[in-house]
Amino acid sequence: MLDRNKNRALTGVHFMNGDCACAEGALMAGCTFFAGYPITPATEIAERMAQRLPSVGGIFIQMEDEIASMNAILGAAWAGAKSMTATSGPGFSLMMENLGLGLVTETPCVLVDVQRGGPSTGLPTSVGQADMMQARWGSHGDYEIIALAPESPQECFDLAIKAFELSEKYRMPVLIMMDEVIGHMNEKVIIPEASTVKPYPRRLPTVPPDQYLPYHPGTDGIAEMAIAGQGYAVHVTGLTHNEKGYPEINSRAQAEMVQRIVQKIRLNTKQIIMLEEDQLENAEIVVVSYGISARIAQLSIQQARNEGIKVGLLRLITVWPFPEEYVQNLAAKVKGLIVPEINMGQMVREVERCSHGKTQVIGVSHPGGGLHTPEMILDAIRRAKE
Amino acid sequence: MERTEIRISGFGGQGIVLMGYIIGKAAAIYDNKNATLTQSYGPEARGGACSAQVIVAAEKISYPILVAPDILITMSQAAYNTYRVGLKPNGILLYDNMLVKLTADETAKSFNIPAKNIAKDLGRQIIANMVMLGFLVKITAVVSQQAMEQAIAASVPPEFLDLNLEAFKRGLAYQQA
Repeated sequence: MLDRNKNRALTGVHFMNGDCACAEGALMAGCTFFAGYPITPATEIAERMAQRLPSVGGIFIQMEDEIASMNAILGAAWAGAKSMTATSGPGFSLMMENLGLGLVTETPCVLVDVQRGGPSTGLPTSVGQADMMQARWGSHGDYEIIALAPESPQECFDLAIKAFELSEKYRMPVLIMMDEVIGHMNEKVIIPEASTVKPYPRRLPTVPPDQYLPYHPGTDGIAEMAIAGQGYAVHVTGLTHNEKGYPEINSRAQAEMVQRIVQKIRLNTKQIIMLEEDQLENAEIVVVSYGISARIAQLSIQQARNEGIKVGLLRLITVWPFPEEYVQNLAAKVKGLIVPEINMGQMVREVERCSHGKTQVIGVSHPGGGLHTPEMILDAIRRAKE
Repeated sequence: MERTEIRISGFGGQGIVLMGYIIGKAAAIYDNKNATLTQSYGPEARGGACSAQVIVAAEKISYPILVAPDILITMSQAAYNTYRVGLKPNGILLYDNMLVKLTADETAKSFNIPAKNIAKDLGRQIIANMVMLGFLVKITAVVSQQAMEQAIAASVPPEFLDLNLEAFKRGLAYQQA
């Protein structure tokens, strides 16, 4: 007899890579459905899920491509499962269309992008962080998104759990923006007992089927979601729809629908955003970074501190929604913001936008295939100091 | 304890990454320290250049990338030629003397072992990596013998455990010629 609840936790201390830790976090969160297509450097997530899902009574499907993978996890979510897919740049591009479908149908699920060098096929086996703006704007139309960026295998585990929680809470797809180094890096991962993490429940209908409206927002702006096959009739469409879910092709329905999917995030940014602050108390210069780049920056910060420069780190655990207000306040207080990232300048644009010209913003670009040297970031810190 | 950086290098198929995994696991879990393992590899499954990077430290490792390795293990000539330059001055070099010929001006503290031949004597060339792990413990004590044995036991197929442990012990007991 399967002990499904117990099997979701591989309790213990492990030496595990970020990909496997992400998969274990998903299982811990109650994920029972994974559909995906193998791609370096995300394949280990699929492998791990294929190996582990049967033990929790879950289903793994290798799909024909990433378009179908994304569609499959949306369908599984409507069937009541917590579902996930994982890919890298080329697959992420293919998933963009149906990510939009997930957003407009307000379908909870988790999409992992283990970033490698791009564009196109790019560098399959090496690191990049150049999908950050694609995460925000990759699908067409207006929407808000939630994206998390882990910096260690342990955080891959922790944030996978968090991603499922957020996806159920806000009834939407949530992105985990990993990178090749974090995905393939092995480190200590501590997995607690299953009893310590309760899968975040689906917000099920509280009204009988004849009164149920799948897109009627509650007082907090989020609508209840029925599970298919339990007597609740639902219509799920990518067309602009009314509260009943039926297509309604006019500007009033458009305004209601788009405003709701945007506002449910904009009104809750404070609850969603997670940041890590390190040595910010007396900092004159602050490095703003995320994922592996934030880890690299820590050595540069230590070196700069040894030179007497007061520098701290703001690590974006949540990259989307972007902490606009926080960065705006920070910009008013410091001499410079340094933004190292493994792309030609993406999140640095957000930092610049939110700084409103109140401080100098220095991006430290790296085109990918490798990591910044500590000196690259240290040089930028020194420049900001002058 | 200070941070110790180790690079293990050779070609794909020698079990280079597995060595890194076992060292990291031994340190992180059984010696209760911290460890990171990162790896570099190309698209080839076998035969391509391969390197695994391990950092062992008592404290949390914020910077998980090698600055300059304290220990370099090379199991192929190409790996030696490529990675020797990065070794820290006074760093330790471990190499398979059947596979690697040092340059005449080599200044590193170097230790050699015919790991591949010892593995062949045991019947399986593929366990040369375990011989080298034993030699690593003997020379550097970067992880304890007990931790390494536990990590090997947790990482190799059970039916080959005795063979792997025997290879490890041969490396541990090896007296350099």
